[in-house]
Amino acid sequence: MTQQNQTLVKLENAGVLVNEKWLVRGVSLEIKKGKIITLIGPNGSGKSTTAKITLGLYKKIEGRVEKFTNKIAYVPQKINIDWTLPIRVNDFMNLTSNLKKEEVETALEITGTPHLKNKDLKSLSGGEFQRVLMARAIAKKPELLVLDEPVQGVDFNGEIALYELIKKISDTLNCGILLISHNLHVVMSKTDHVVCLNGHVCCSGTPIDVANNEKYQELFGKDISKILSVYEHSHDHIHNIDGTIEKKEN
Amino acid sequence: MLDDFFVRALLVGIGMALVTGPLGCFVVWRRLSFFGDTLAHSALLGVTLSYTTEINMALSVFVISSIVALILLKLQKKTNLPADALLGLLAHSSLAIGLVVIGLLATIRFDLMGLLFGDILAVNVNDIAVVWIGGAIILMVLKIIWKPLFASTVNYELAEAEGMNPEKYNAIFTILLAAIIAISIKMVGLLLITGMLIIPAAMARNLSDNPNQMVIFSIIGGLLSVIIGLFASLEINTPSGPSIITSGLILFILSLTKIKKKSQLNN
Repeated sequence: MTQQNQTLVKLENAGVLVNEKWLVRGVSLEIKKGKIITLIGPNGSGKSTTAKITLGLYKKIEGRVEKFTNKIAYVPQKINIDWTLPIRVNDFMNLTSNLKKEEVETALEITGTPHLKNKDLKSLSGGEFQRVLMARAIAKKPELLVLDEPVQGVDFNGEIALYELIKKISDTLNCGILLISHNLHVVMSKTDHVVCLNGHVCCSGTPIDVANNEKYQELFGKDISKILSVYEHSHDHIHNIDGTIEKKEN
Repeated sequence: MLDDFFVRALLVGIGMALVTGPLGCFVVWRRLSFFGDTLAHSALLGVTLSYTTEINMALSVFVISSIVALILLKLQKKTNLPADALLGLLAHSSLAIGLVVIGLLATIRFDLMGLLFGDILAVNVNDIAVVWIGGAIILMVLKIIWKPLFASTVNYELAEAEGMNPEKYNAIFTILLAAIIAISIKMVGLLLITGMLIIPAAMARNLSDNPNQMVIFSIIGGLLSVIIGLFASLEINTPSGPSIITSGLILFILSLTKIKKKSQLNN
């Protein structure tokens, strides 16, 4: 695999104060090309907030955010579309970019939603809409992809397929991905770097590092945290000391 | 029989409908109907300003409406009040200030009815030029900002995250609204301008399933309202501005039958 260490976004000691309460504070992380970095942590620990800081959605922040790309795609956790708008999936796909017909169709194809192309957006089910959101983000061929719980509401088989897809996108498009996920199995098997949040960075590193970290075990409890350690054995790649990844031959 | 004044009225009305069609869609999509009203109310202040300083009426209305719109955008960020409360505050206070100023200018004869409801039959060649040139500029700007404006209408955060700069384009759109109010206030008056923006777009919503289609139907609805309304006012001698709006309403009611069929189909 080619080694790409180009930084896309860098957060230095970032934090947001809203109504005199710190949503999250002191977050430093770096998203690099071709790498998947995952944010984990309990509800209210600042995962979505960190994603939004990364995207520049907060006007006033503490610390620094440096962005080195403008080709960004975002799958938000919640999305409120105003249904006074008549809008089809096809229109939504082109929301922030001008895609060719084939690009739209390919993206819908790989997220399993080609039949929805001309459907009214409001007629979609929660899971279908989530897939379309993913398709839209992928179709843009971004350099930085921010996914905030991208598979919520998607059925079990679809969830696995979409996570496979995320991994594939990271490799084929060589884009950097910031992923928020509650699925620790996924975090373990698909991720290059894990940041465990709890209002601040509780611990961070490779999945193995985090799994073995005491603070992580305290936060998630002994039982759940074992999930990460178990995955150590089914790892399909090796993390070198310098942070690069080597594919393991089976 | 097409008298000269009637052709002028038609030309102005058609020019207006071409602009209110697409702008109206955004007003409906963004739930800005009350906002349009607020701008229209503040226009009264602009009109009185033009009487006192002898500046062109369209220009002074545009300036005042833009200022009110920008004050609103600022207030929304600075206070915790809901948008509709702020709109009410600005609408009524600017209307009140306008009326107070009129009171102070007791010496000037003031056609308040004409101002509230407009007089499209009294337009001159100059007005036609203002509507068509102003309208062309508005449409051109709208075309340029269409993509980011539409994206931010669908979802603000998504647009912002993906670098569409929604704040800037929202402000530009607000100024376009002030501009259409400025160029059309003489024709349909400040009470009916939001009707021209909303009714054709509302009708179009019933008939369309995608944004472009809605814009086209909205333009067609506006054009029909103008043409039917003006002919009605000529034939049965009704006031022209309200006739245009009433025609729009009839078209809207007709469009309801179409939406009914559609929902049955979906079930």
